[in-house]
Amino acid sequence: MDIELRNIHKRFGPVHANNDINVKFSHGRIVGILGENGAGKSTLMKILSGFQPADEGEILIDNDIIDYTGPAAAIANGIGMLQQDPLDVGAFTVLENFIYGGADGITLKRAEALAQLQNLSARFGFELDPYQPIDNLLIAERQQLEIIRLLALGVETLILDEPTTGISADQKEILFNALRRLAHDEGLVVLLVSHKLEDVIDLCDEVVVLRDGLITGAMDMPASDDNLTGAVIARTKQQLVTMMFGEALEAEQRPHYQIGAPVLAAKALVVQDQRLDMQPISMTAHAGEVIGLAGLGGSGQELFMRACARLGRIDSGGLDFDGGSSLKTSYRQLFQRGCVFGAAGRLEEGLIAGLTLTEHSALVADDKLQIDWKTVEKQTASRIERYRVKGRASDTIEQLSGGNQQRVLIGLLPDDPKLLILEQPTRGLDVDSARWIWTQLLERCQRGTAIIFNSADLEELVTYSDRIFVFYAGRVHEVPDVGQTTIDELGHLIGGEF
Amino acid sequence: MKNPRALAVQIGFMLLPIAISLAVAAALVISVGRDPLEVVDALWKGAFKDSRKLGGVFNFWIPLTLVSIGLVVTFRAGLWNIGVEGQMMMGALFASWGAQFILMDESLSPLLNVILIALAALGGMFWAFVVGLLKIRLGVNEIFGGVALNALVNVISIYLISGPWQPRIGGSAQGTEPFPTASLLPEFSSTFPVNLFMIALVIAAFLIVLVLLNATRWGLNLKAVGANMRSALLLGVATERTSMSAFLVCGALAGIAGSYRVLFTFDNLRPLASGGIGFLGLLVVLLLSIRLLWVPLIAFAFAAILTGSTRLQIVVKLDASLAGVLQGMLVLFVILFHGVQEVFFPGTLADEDDTSDPSPMHQGGEFRAQRKSLPHGDGADLEGVR
Repeated sequence: MDIELRNIHKRFGPVHANNDINVKFSHGRIVGILGENGAGKSTLMKILSGFQPADEGEILIDNDIIDYTGPAAAIANGIGMLQQDPLDVGAFTVLENFIYGGADGITLKRAEALAQLQNLSARFGFELDPYQPIDNLLIAERQQLEIIRLLALGVETLILDEPTTGISADQKEILFNALRRLAHDEGLVVLLVSHKLEDVIDLCDEVVVLRDGLITGAMDMPASDDNLTGAVIARTKQQLVTMMFGEALEAEQRPHYQIGAPVLAAKALVVQDQRLDMQPISMTAHAGEVIGLAGLGGSGQELFMRACARLGRIDSGGLDFDGGSSLKTSYRQLFQRGCVFGAAGRLEEGLIAGLTLTEHSALVADDKLQIDWKTVEKQTASRIERYRVKGRASDTIEQLSGGNQQRVLIGLLPDDPKLLILEQPTRGLDVDSARWIWTQLLERCQRGTAIIFNSADLEELVTYSDRIFVFYAGRVHEVPDVGQTTIDELGHLIGGEF
Repeated sequence: MKNPRALAVQIGFMLLPIAISLAVAAALVISVGRDPLEVVDALWKGAFKDSRKLGGVFNFWIPLTLVSIGLVVTFRAGLWNIGVEGQMMMGALFASWGAQFILMDESLSPLLNVILIALAALGGMFWAFVVGLLKIRLGVNEIFGGVALNALVNVISIYLISGPWQPRIGGSAQGTEPFPTASLLPEFSSTFPVNLFMIALVIAAFLIVLVLLNATRWGLNLKAVGANMRSALLLGVATERTSMSAFLVCGALAGIAGSYRVLFTFDNLRPLASGGIGFLGLLVVLLLSIRLLWVPLIAFAFAAILTGSTRLQIVVKLDASLAGVLQGMLVLFVILFHGVQEVFFPGTLADEDDTSDPSPMHQGGEFRAQRKSLPHGDGADLEGVR
């Protein structure tokens, strides 16, 4: 299958998200789709996979103009997309998820489906237990399931959105091998949307770069059977960054600040969980220190962070914040004493759909009954400028793109908290935006804020953490010498090899 | 502000449900062999024939508007305060206690009136506080708590009427003895039997709540808590206190409404003195998608239909419950059409807010949040993790 997009336009209000996109994707090729946040790559992929219609333009499959609306129709035409957060049904088993969405007719052909599931799993080296409930699966396994589900539906073009976020080094290798096989041996089109340039260079045959809704570049990647030396990778990376941002970015080096007095101390803290066997955790965070929590999603780091912020239960052990026990404290009380929690799900926890940027500013402004709208509007304007938010003060928050929502969320944090507990502070952001966020966070560190954060991005953890704790299935391991740790080592640690 | 097409769609979606409910009601009337125009005439005359009738309309309007204003507050905070009926009743009980046992000279009647109304507000707040406490501390959904407390206050009132407060002669469950004249709210005149002080109070409450909701931090906090309690908490809003304050404000207004029923509409305490007005308030507010500005007007229309319907029985020989059927259909169709408009014409929705809100909505239909206009989400248990 070959795909061609002709003159694709898509507008969201004043934003021209896709501005006359013309591009061809050929069978047997793995194509990386690159661009900074808001460049229009997600929009383009959503149009291709039927999640939203284009305002203008045509999609050609094997030189025929095909008109379809909705993901189901796209799949029927052979185009399937793997979302960043797999859209499966939690309480169902692997097998049920596999059947569901695919079945024609009324009866579910269980035995047939089971054979197909096992067949496909074996072909790509996936180890999926058909009778496990989805809730018990790791993100990597849910991805694998989704891939073979789409293949079973006859998909010939596979779109993946940030598939390497939240999976271990070994799982990534399995995924990449499967994708190489699908493209190079079986002739599928594989489209990879990713911010991780190493992954793109490793996996893709070619890349297409978008900027401000336009295609601004395309190039072939060095073939992986050539010697992918460090120098080649570094040079290619620099080329890609230049295409994406119009300028080269220096490698990030963070300054380390004076470490001060303890701010948070967990003492043999136990947070019980039905699925995880959580071990007691002891950890101290000092003023000015950045503590990174590594681990696959659902390894216990999220529970620990929420317990520290008193948003989750604590079963035993001790927890001190700023010199006093916080076991009997509510989040609200901690917040007033300078402990702030930032959640990963922006519109679920953190921002309020339906409220404008100005109203969000007003919420965090002060406690006076009378709102001084003039001042609040000024504050909002300066936040928009300082955090480079693409959006207007009068926009409701859900009108902004995910990356811009994240900037707003960071912008709403108090100026000098004692402790910031942040879930995936740069999730879904491009390199430039992520660095910007960290500049803001580190400024606070310099003034004495302690930060505890988790991330699925190992490079982020290695770059910014003073200390790293690895979570695996409820066990915790402190990485001994963070300065010397490589991303590859960390990738193995989060897979439980410690 | 809006383009003409959007405006046309919006007006269409406002009028269509009203037209359809009227048509269905008319069909109903025709199917039992009566003339719909006769019904309209009876309703009209029943409500507006003379100033006495008009007084009757105000008699309904006062408590209905008070509870509706209160319910806008709780709905804004995402709370279904179905216990409003019981809060009215508890207000009526408190006022009845004062009316019987605080004895003052008739010259001090205005002072006594104010004391009784304040007592009633306290009573309503007390009952709302219990609902709030159950919700916030124990995670009991406010609908369940409210329904239970509605039943409980009715039992209490029947106990009082048939027990400690029963008339000295011929005690039955009909009601207490008439209250002393000094405690009753005075009529303006016998041809226009309404209490002007209470009307002034309603207007004051309306204006104060309008300003509080749209121009203060409290109003913004309510909106934030109602839209997403979890996010509001993380942004530093005192979510528990905000929810509780919404309950208390609504309870106070409901309590005052309850006092009006016993101190003016009746002159004693009767079982079910609240008369379903709290529930009717829920309909008024739902009909308006929680927009405060139109509450007095719609409440007036409801009150007029209710008052007018008493004539249906006499003149057209139709049961007065036809008015209830019409109101129920109206609410159903309005909500239905609101949903239809949201799905098919997402860019044309009316702004949620009425006045000084500095946030005109845009027409970015694509990104619009799910259902904004009705409260959603539950889980007051967020702040209380200990």
